[in-house]
Amino acid sequence: MSETRIDRRFAKLKQEGRAGLVAYVMAGDPDIETFYDYFRGLPGAGVDVIELGMCFTDPMADGPNVQVAGQRALKAGMTLRKTLELVRRFRKEDDDTPIVLMGYYNPIYSYGNEAFLADAREAGLDGLIIVDLPPEEDSELCEPTIKAGLNWIRLATPTTDAKRMPAVLANTSGFIYYVSITGITGSAAADPDAVGKAVARLREKTDLPVAVGFGIRTPEQAAAIARVADAAVVGSAFCQTVADSLDDQGKAKPDCVTNVLALARALGDGVRGARA
Amino acid sequence: MEPVNTYRSGPDEQGHFGMFGGRYVAETLMPLILELEEAWHAARKDPEFQAELEHWAKHYIGRPSPLYYAQRLTEHLGGAKVYFKRDELNHTGAHKINNTVGQILLAKRMGKTRIIAETGAGQHGVATATVCAKVGLPCVVYMGETDIARQAPNVFRMKLLGAEVVPVVSGSRTLKDAMNEALRDWVTNVESTFYIIGTAAGPHPYPELVREFQSIIGRETREQMMEAEGRLPDALVACIGGGSNAIGLFHPFLDDPEVAIYGVEAAGHGIESGQHAASIAGGRPGVLHGNRTYLLQDDDGQITEAHSISAGLDYPGIGPEHAWLADSGRVTYVSATDKEALEAFQLCTRMEGIIPALEPAHALAYVTKLAPTMAADKTIVMNMCGRGDKDVFTVAEALGVTL
Repeated sequence: MSETRIDRRFAKLKQEGRAGLVAYVMAGDPDIETFYDYFRGLPGAGVDVIELGMCFTDPMADGPNVQVAGQRALKAGMTLRKTLELVRRFRKEDDDTPIVLMGYYNPIYSYGNEAFLADAREAGLDGLIIVDLPPEEDSELCEPTIKAGLNWIRLATPTTDAKRMPAVLANTSGFIYYVSITGITGSAAADPDAVGKAVARLREKTDLPVAVGFGIRTPEQAAAIARVADAAVVGSAFCQTVADSLDDQGKAKPDCVTNVLALARALGDGVRGARA
Repeated sequence: MEPVNTYRSGPDEQGHFGMFGGRYVAETLMPLILELEEAWHAARKDPEFQAELEHWAKHYIGRPSPLYYAQRLTEHLGGAKVYFKRDELNHTGAHKINNTVGQILLAKRMGKTRIIAETGAGQHGVATATVCAKVGLPCVVYMGETDIARQAPNVFRMKLLGAEVVPVVSGSRTLKDAMNEALRDWVTNVESTFYIIGTAAGPHPYPELVREFQSIIGRETREQMMEAEGRLPDALVACIGGGSNAIGLFHPFLDDPEVAIYGVEAAGHGIESGQHAASIAGGRPGVLHGNRTYLLQDDDGQITEAHSISAGLDYPGIGPEHAWLADSGRVTYVSATDKEALEAFQLCTRMEGIIPALEPAHALAYVTKLAPTMAADKTIVMNMCGRGDKDVFTVAEALGVTL
């Protein structure tokens, strides 16, 4: 597989001697134009990799913040096709920041795997994290994704034991996403010591960069993770910030975009200062 | 599809029934699913486990359930002889207990200390709370807020049995959302918790193990029909939500080509209205809740809300084995509307002195169409999978009666 934007970005982070900040934002939340305004601002605010949430009616692994963010996006008329449109638009301004699509399989399956991969590649998407496609179903979308030249990023969890780890790492590229807790997104914070040990175990088995997510909300928590991992992933806190920036009718207040970017900046500063 | 030698060999090792089924779950759950599969395969081969299951079936559930000749209904319809498999006479009033007994024994065997379940109409929740009370394990039942409002008696029964009923306020607040919430609980409490899924759906091995626990319905029916008629039935009819009662009746007959098999989906206000729960008639293949199957969904692959007067059929999907049996043509899937089910509900009550649940009332609605087209020496077995006590409020409201 040839080098991707994700590979280049993690190589650059390594060169700079720092961990990266990965921001998960729900595409189309709370409406498409407000979303695009903060989406395009994320790299300038210190985000190194963007995880673009793909809304789904039944997000089984997500906590309340991401669930309602997805419902807001659906209400705003968001679809997978429109999500790819946003990537295409973003790529006209920024050809370096990696974008990973994260979500559940059914919208892609419904789109048609082959058509989706062709359109995703053309739009400038770099990788996929599909929560409900474990290694046991690799022939489904994982293998075609790799063939299309995109990264397939897998989640490793505290329940992924030594026996299972090789299967999880096989076919994973770009980076590996370590889920720091057993639970849903936005749950209680993980213990940095335990995360450090888990990351060390992962590094014995793979040279891939390790990003850690679930339960990271504050710049301090992000910094703690940045000391032991290659990147910290923050998601629910972004969804929560959008939720806090809505009026009574659920419309974005004027400061919605600046609030989201302020959070990105604070988290980015936390990650950048972590190893100083 | 290619013709097959047997319809009873599925699923394959990966949990697939043709293109359906599978294990579409988050990584956190995968090790548990594999652990469950291993425990299940060991248990089904273990004579001790089977003996315990049989003991519970006889002394706790009250099996075998009778095969009953509905004579007045048969005379009224003027065609094939109609039999009811009386699974509504089971302890807790439905077929659901066949499965919860099997799964609680499996949970105990695996050393799990906490049970969770999802429920729609509340029958599975009650059946789960019941077996948890019997073995003394804590039980948490997830139930959509909408269903809690329309199934109040079952909510109270679960609480009496010591279960905690957690209202689900996400999404459409019905069965599918309860299942999402149960999966979220499971992903959080992986070590201690056993998830008792109520229908023959979800990730492998659930569709298979639920089918095996429910197949006692079909196995008994075979024996009882041989005794009553000296031959197999000409037709089987059962309602389909997720489809556990139906697969339980159908599975032992799948390789008997002389037995015609009909699954009846809930057509709500009519398939053409868009307000229904008929995943096969009105859906297309997709992936939800751990398996690929027929789903009600929009053009973007977003799951749409099902509608049925029967809370137990109000689910936008169907068990994966049914999806496969539909595509293979072995089972014919038809549907009945809310209105037809209500009429059948009243007919059965007056003709046979049996108040059926609204779920099998859908099956009965199809029986009233099928029986008159068959000769008098033919037989139909319909699965009377639940009793209607829980539905009297819903029926009263639908008939415009104030209680």
